[in-house]
Amino acid sequence: MGNRVGVEVSIAVADAVKLCNVDVIAAYPITPQTHIVEHLSEIVADGHLDAEFIPVESEHAAMSCCCGSSAAGARTYTSTSSQGFALMSEIVYIASSMRFPIVMNVANRALSGPISIWNDHSDIMAHRDIGWIQTFAENGQEAVDLTIHAFKVAENKKVSLPVIVNLDGFICSHVIEPIIMPTQEEVDAYLPPFKPIYKLDPKKPVSMGTVGIPEVYTEAKVAHNEALKASKRVILDEWKKFGEMFGRYYNAVETYKTEDAEIIFVTMGSISETAMTAVDGMREKGEKVGLVRIRLWRPFPNAEFKKAIGKARILAVLDRALSPGAVNGPVGSELKSLLYKVPGAPKIFNFIAGLGGRDMTLERFNEILEKTKLYDKKKPTENYEVIGVREL
Amino acid sequence: MKEFRLHGRGGQGAVTSAELVASAAIEEGKFAQAFPSFGPERRGAPVAAFIRVSDVQIRSREKIYYPDVVVVLDPSLPKIVNVADGLKPDGIVILNTTLSPEEVKSQFGINAKLALVDATKIAKEILGLPITNTTMLGALIKATEIIGIDAISDALQRRFGKLAEKNKASLLRAYEETKVIN
Repeated sequence: MGNRVGVEVSIAVADAVKLCNVDVIAAYPITPQTHIVEHLSEIVADGHLDAEFIPVESEHAAMSCCCGSSAAGARTYTSTSSQGFALMSEIVYIASSMRFPIVMNVANRALSGPISIWNDHSDIMAHRDIGWIQTFAENGQEAVDLTIHAFKVAENKKVSLPVIVNLDGFICSHVIEPIIMPTQEEVDAYLPPFKPIYKLDPKKPVSMGTVGIPEVYTEAKVAHNEALKASKRVILDEWKKFGEMFGRYYNAVETYKTEDAEIIFVTMGSISETAMTAVDGMREKGEKVGLVRIRLWRPFPNAEFKKAIGKARILAVLDRALSPGAVNGPVGSELKSLLYKVPGAPKIFNFIAGLGGRDMTLERFNEILEKTKLYDKKKPTENYEVIGVREL
Repeated sequence: MKEFRLHGRGGQGAVTSAELVASAAIEEGKFAQAFPSFGPERRGAPVAAFIRVSDVQIRSREKIYYPDVVVVLDPSLPKIVNVADGLKPDGIVILNTTLSPEEVKSQFGINAKLALVDATKIAKEILGLPITNTTMLGALIKATEIIGIDAISDALQRRFGKLAEKNKASLLRAYEETKVIN
């Protein structure tokens, strides 16, 4: 069952994309990028993958190119990060509304300014509403597995939507770690060739990307939203099939030591691993704490999340992005909205931490626990708190 | 779990060294991470790279603040960088240096277990270059026994192909010549 290798996560993701036998990769290979597309360009140049690697002139062009190639019926991939993602912003909405099953890895990093190349979730949270399926990987293994899963889900005829697999920039993307790389035979058995529902074909002409006049725009948006919500069934079903094939099972929401937990931390992405170690340490000191990790961010798994938190009395929700002027951080807002007026719902305290590469340490988690216990006794004056702000 | 911090100068291959150790440890069936200090780096400027090696799955993405082992590739670095910063009480500092243990203690104020080797001389003689990253891995293995010589040799082979032989020879000589002082 696959080969266990020590490899940089970005390289492993590129190898996973190769295993998925993509037809077209369009990418803009300059900072902020990762080794993902750099390695893919090598794989294609060395003749190990029969694909078109299109080194476009910008990220805006990269996503435009992806839309064109997906429309032509090609299995299409790109990867981006930070400002590059910001530049492709206009076209990512088009990709999803035209229901192109493009797969993209986003190595999550901060948005400028001030100029930053470091890890947080600013880039993806600025794209919360783009209508793509969005998952978060905790580690390199997940980044590989979720990428393979992404093609299977995206190309399912009931879904036909693009998928973003998020992996944390640097703290995941640049780390060498052990990863079980699936074999070509396994991936071929899991992922059949892409058969588009419609494609651009001179012999069978169709119109794509037409104007949405006021008489149809609302209906088109509703249809897109319904498709995104309905994709959850396929996402979960395909994770089950992935588990049966590869022996690694994934859920929309994962729990860690939540059975008797009074306080539950809620995280997304790679800090979940540090959070597990933090929970272990707190439990040794007798704290009844647990952790819920959100893997599926869009469509949000409402029922699964509610089930995961069980009867916890308090949620300490971590956001890795600041939403200026908002009521809460993006994840905090989501969960407070989800649990509003739900009988027996826990108290929710929202913390924002780990911005622009600020390290999320075990000590920070301890600080969050202390604040949570304090706010349980004495209601905080603000809806959310940014953790670890230095007095300058 | 053991945590390592490697100090070098940009271009000296500290990151490559970290990758080689992690890769070798993983090949041995252990769990490991290697990562650079994230950010813009310049040739010649002080840089650091990090390694974790463990018998069980590593659940941490925080940086390494309290290393068990510090490896210094460049003899001039201890003058300008506090290389022993955060070192655990029973930790070890592995230096590329021509100095004696007493001189290291008096000149750099390092009061820790030491492992010393003149890696620059070895690298110049065997590789023809004062690039000590692979040579210092011999010292790292001698002082810590974190991985086997076979595993690192395989990792060098995978990474350097034809160039691996000289790097292996340089590493082995450093392994022989490294003096561990308690």
